[in-house]
Amino acid sequence: MSAVILTVSLYIAEGMLAAAIFCVGIRAWRGPRAQDRVLALDTINVNVMLLFVTLGIRTGTVFFFEAALVIAVVGFVTTVALAKFLMRGEVIE
Amino acid sequence: MTDLPIWAAIVVGLLLIAGGTFALIGAIGLLRLDDFYRRLHAPSLSASGATTCIVLASIIGFSVMNGRPVLREILVGFFIMCTAPVTLMLLGRVALYRDRAADRPVVAESDPLGASPDQE
Amino acid sequence: MKRIIPHPILTLVLLVMWLILTQFTLGQAILGTAVALVAARALAALEPQTIRIRRWSPIPGLFYTFVVDILWSNVKVGRAIMSRTTPPSGLIEVELDTRDRNILAIISVVIAAAPGTAWLGWNPGNQTLLLHLLDIEEGEIWEETLKKSYLGRLKEIFG
Repeated sequence: MSAVILTVSLYIAEGMLAAAIFCVGIRAWRGPRAQDRVLALDTINVNVMLLFVTLGIRTGTVFFFEAALVIAVVGFVTTVALAKFLMRGEVIE
Repeated sequence: MTDLPIWAAIVVGLLLIAGGTFALIGAIGLLRLDDFYRRLHAPSLSASGATTCIVLASIIGFSVMNGRPVLREILVGFFIMCTAPVTLMLLGRVALYRDRAADRPVVAESDPLGASPDQE
Repeated sequence: MKRIIPHPILTLVLLVMWLILTQFTLGQAILGTAVALVAARALAALEPQTIRIRRWSPIPGLFYTFVVDILWSNVKVGRAIMSRTTPPSGLIEVELDTRDRNILAIISVVIAAAPGTAWLGWNPGNQTLLLHLLDIEEGEIWEETLKKSYLGRLKEIFG
């Protein structure tokens, strides 16, 4: 019984996260401005990380947790670098 | 993960679904809201609400399964809590700065950034 | 004491993080303590200012307020997004009477974690904070909350 509850709720949560990534992906594709795309990419990062945590619950291994931590770190550095570029890039123009 | 007691399975399942709902609502908000400054609010829904729920679900699930507290996932939550302010703040300032540089109608009457946008 | 452990809180947090990432054994505790001490000394070489907590007693109350505010704001913004018409947004300026970096850092965490608010800028000249609110009707509530329940208590904690 508990296996059924857990499997169904994992499917629902993963489906919702996948739908969320899809919606954010549309926003990243549409723009309209560069900061919208950066914001959308950052949100995709957070959602992918959450998806990895749910996958870790499904499989019960440590592997996905470490992947999630790496995604979080790399995503943070990426967003900061892109934001800095948006600020600095136009100063020179 | 399949041999959890039933109460733990229900708690973990509810937290997972709540987290998924928060993330989905945040994504819909990012898609629906019409102005960048308004869209800036949507991602913190997945950064705070969804992360808290899913991290809690993972902690409870692993702790009950192993019979001892497993706090690994709290690091993910802590990390997101510390980095979300930096990214959102930087993006807010980027938007304000770019609007001002492009001579768009700036939302603020006063100048919160001081003399230069990089001043701390 | 101060010479051996320059940043006691940071050292403790690093040790706990090390133990969580590895295992709770004596060997890992010794290794983690060594790593934490070296990291704290490295930070002390970079940044001379250490955090000094004057009073610990307001921390649980502050944490409780934080959790309640975040939950309330999450639900509120979720409803606003899913409803047919989203409320009008706007900017507010909050005058925070402080220059302490630690207080500002914690306030920025609160503002980023609460979905209804977004930090746009901090003017160190007149110590005002520019916030964007999804629902401008809540402006006075947020100003009051930030000033009374956060700034007041944080000043008590950091002195």
